[in-house]
Amino acid sequence: MIEAIKDKEKWIQRIQDFANSSIWILTRKEIADHIKSYRFNILMAIILLTCVGSLYTAFSSIRDVASNLENNQSLFLYLRVFTITGENGTLPSFVTFISFLGPLLGISLGFDAVNSERNKNTLLRIMSQPIPRDYIILSKFLGSLAVIAGFIFSLGLLVIGIGILSMGIPPTFGEVIRILTYLIMIIIYIGFWLSLSILFSIRFKQAATSALAGIAIWLFFSIFYPIIVNLIVNASVPDQLFQGAGSVGAQAESQQLLTTLMRFSPNYLFSEITTILLIPSFRTLGPISMEQLAGSVSAPLGLGQSLTIIWPQVIGILSAGMICFAIAYFIFLFQEIRS
Amino acid sequence: MAETMIQLKNITKQYKENKAVKQLDLSIHKGEVFGLLGPNGAGKSTTIYMILGLTEPTEGEVYVSGIHATNKPIEVKKKVGFLPDNVGFYEDMTGMENLILTGKLNGLGRVEAKKRATHWLEQVRMDHAAAKKVGEYSRGMRQRLGLADILMKDPEVVIMDEPTLGIDPKGINELLELIRNLSVDHGLTILLSSHQLHQVQQICDRVGIFVKGELLSYGDIEDLQKTLLDDTLFLYKAKVKGPSHQLVEKLSMEPSVESIDWDEEAYYIRLNKEDQGELAKFFISNQYDLLSLKRMSYGLDDIYQRYFEGGEISD
Repeated sequence: MIEAIKDKEKWIQRIQDFANSSIWILTRKEIADHIKSYRFNILMAIILLTCVGSLYTAFSSIRDVASNLENNQSLFLYLRVFTITGENGTLPSFVTFISFLGPLLGISLGFDAVNSERNKNTLLRIMSQPIPRDYIILSKFLGSLAVIAGFIFSLGLLVIGIGILSMGIPPTFGEVIRILTYLIMIIIYIGFWLSLSILFSIRFKQAATSALAGIAIWLFFSIFYPIIVNLIVNASVPDQLFQGAGSVGAQAESQQLLTTLMRFSPNYLFSEITTILLIPSFRTLGPISMEQLAGSVSAPLGLGQSLTIIWPQVIGILSAGMICFAIAYFIFLFQEIRS
Repeated sequence: MAETMIQLKNITKQYKENKAVKQLDLSIHKGEVFGLLGPNGAGKSTTIYMILGLTEPTEGEVYVSGIHATNKPIEVKKKVGFLPDNVGFYEDMTGMENLILTGKLNGLGRVEAKKRATHWLEQVRMDHAAAKKVGEYSRGMRQRLGLADILMKDPEVVIMDEPTLGIDPKGINELLELIRNLSVDHGLTILLSSHQLHQVQQICDRVGIFVKGELLSYGDIEDLQKTLLDDTLFLYKAKVKGPSHQLVEKLSMEPSVESIDWDEEAYYIRLNKEDQGELAKFFISNQYDLLSLKRMSYGLDDIYQRYFEGGEISD
């Protein structure tokens, strides 16, 4: 009994220590700054509006989707809500919006993290306080990530909430877990863009330069990279042009090359993660031959199996983010104050 | 000998090709106000950053209150309050909030931080603006807020980089008075850098003149004047109506005269001792019309300017 009380006191003490620690103080300041900033609120409004728009079309067409499904199949209605596009393709799906606007959110929260403080001379003042230098950059990252996580989770829960209200069917446990996993993946994905933009904010003295660099990379991966990869793949298999469909082997080979090249893009990795997580009937990411398909039971995968398929993608995005952050951290720690 | 608070041992700092600081040795005693004077780009700020452990010296060691500044910068920063030349505050926070943040980063609780912030804001006469956002502050107000900010951590040493830069004369006097009071009332060791001698000489116990990364000379103002002005100590300037060469000949016969120099305007006479009226008597008894006789005492200002101009030219 006394042991338990002591244990509890120890925990309270630990929590208090954490609340008073400089890193938490700085992180809290970052969070407060973001929430109060126009920038974050404008972005939040944009994302919220587009997502609500896509949800509206999703909910108005979900009835048709449901009636098209065969009775004995699992519905996964809530997962469909995220991926449904509007009738006649009027509005893209929630997923498309998030994978397009999410990076923008990450970039915009990080692009002036360090250089604006440097330009306003607040960095020097904070650095002359008795705190380790890395707390400054860690708190920048953690603060922004916390804000993003809060926003993404509320968005996700909002979808479930609206779903319950409009459809009257509660989500199944499996669906909730899948949605939560998907939300965590979004946060990891945005975290990558955040750490990339923090890296730029340390490297470039001007906030505008670092914002442009971030946006340039974002545009490159979301628009130009697929085009370039297509060009390369087409150029490398010229015989296709002459022999029509070409041999099955050559086609599979070029498909393989396409996927391999595309997987260098974080956007593509994230789209694979999205597909597997939200459409449980997707069984694999690569091409499969008819032989492989023969005899397989057409049933949705369990969450564990889905995770197994996308695990490399998740680790890829996570490590890309961590590498960016590590470089940023390294540059920041060894950067001369005046240069 | 007073206790040494800041000690620089043979410090060198190299930025790529140029040496910002060259083999600097300096110790600053506890409780004194030390002024680091020098032109822009002399290495003053670099020296200060090294004392704070914000930059590593290429060679040599820095100790603050016995703590190695490069290896244990956090310990040093607990004791040293630093006011940069262009202090930055979070503009969308009030003065009070900025101070509380500093207090918290120095391990104070919210209540304690607020109490201390209120106290120091009163001391720097900023209590009326405590609830205003820093974005609305004038430069002088920021500087005073900066002073309150560094006092939040209850420092032993206060370092100020160009504290008077860009403030109007009245503001400067107020600020200097505040600094002086701090040193007297709280026994703080204060190191301040400046390129404006006038302002600083009135509050500094000792000054060091710093040009091109080297400390040319240091001591209290009078010492400095003596050492730097040795050769100009007994120089007199005499204006005479109708100058002639005879005058020079006659003058050089005088026992106390060491050398004579002249231009179209006047004669410059160097004596080996202080003039007790002999010069005037000489002119009058030789029937020259003495227009003026003045001792050439170069102020520290002139000397300082001489050094500084030298420093600026070669920059």
